[in-house]
Amino acid sequence: MSKMTLKTEGETHVVVTRRFAASPEAVYRAHTDPKLIQQWLLGPEGWTMPVCINDARPGGKIRYEWKNGKGNGFHVTGEYLELQPHSRIVHVERMHLPDPTPDNHIETRFDADGAGTLMTMRMTLPDAQTRAAMLATGMERGMEASYVRLENML
Amino acid sequence: MGQTHSNLNAAFAALADPTRRAILARLASGEATVTELARPFEMTQPAISQHLRVLEEAGLIVTRVEGTKRPRRLAKAGVEAMDQWLAMLRKGLERNYDRLDRVLAAMESNKRGEKR
Repeated sequence: MSKMTLKTEGETHVVVTRRFAASPEAVYRAHTDPKLIQQWLLGPEGWTMPVCINDARPGGKIRYEWKNGKGNGFHVTGEYLELQPHSRIVHVERMHLPDPTPDNHIETRFDADGAGTLMTMRMTLPDAQTRAAMLATGMERGMEASYVRLENML
Repeated sequence: MGQTHSNLNAAFAALADPTRRAILARLASGEATVTELARPFEMTQPAISQHLRVLEEAGLIVTRVEGTKRPRRLAKAGVEAMDQWLAMLRKGLERNYDRLDRVLAAMESNKRGEKR
């Protein structure tokens, strides 16, 4: 049984949902505390996040740097727009490959769901082409895992 | 029409390139001309045409002739390839969230430990 859904919506959105067996407060914390983020937002096996700057307040900066120990790496920068502890986060982020990709505007909601939490992450890209490119590189938010797997299949 | 082994290899090779995946993803939301496909990429039309040729030879896209225009659209194999690609993205993201499950479980047991 898959607990996660990933869907495109309209021309410019990508919506991810996932249920967690923990309170919205805990899931919110795991999304905003750098020490916790570094433990899970990693993508494929072997990748680490040596730099995690996460200043969780409106206007606060985000910077995630990933490395695979084989000389490959990339980073994401962003800014927080709104935070409602422990229910909602709105931020923008972009990948640097090394040129920055167009901004991805992301609203993340944490809703109580029984004893757990339903997380809904709604990404809005500037246009259909940017969304297509993001899905195609597969590198947004640790999705690079799958890209590496595809390379290994060849 | 059964896919031969070499067709399947061509499809995987075609998908290994991010530009070609982006072209497929773009075509998933509808037919497009070479000019329209070239726009989001900083590439010349001949470079895009080369990618389109690889995709067409792999059986992932088809060309329609409409006057002087040659709009491309996804072939059935192209639709399936994109579905597979999305399924792989899903798996990559799931791995992160499986890790987050373990982080949350550790947070919970730490909290219990503190109260004791």
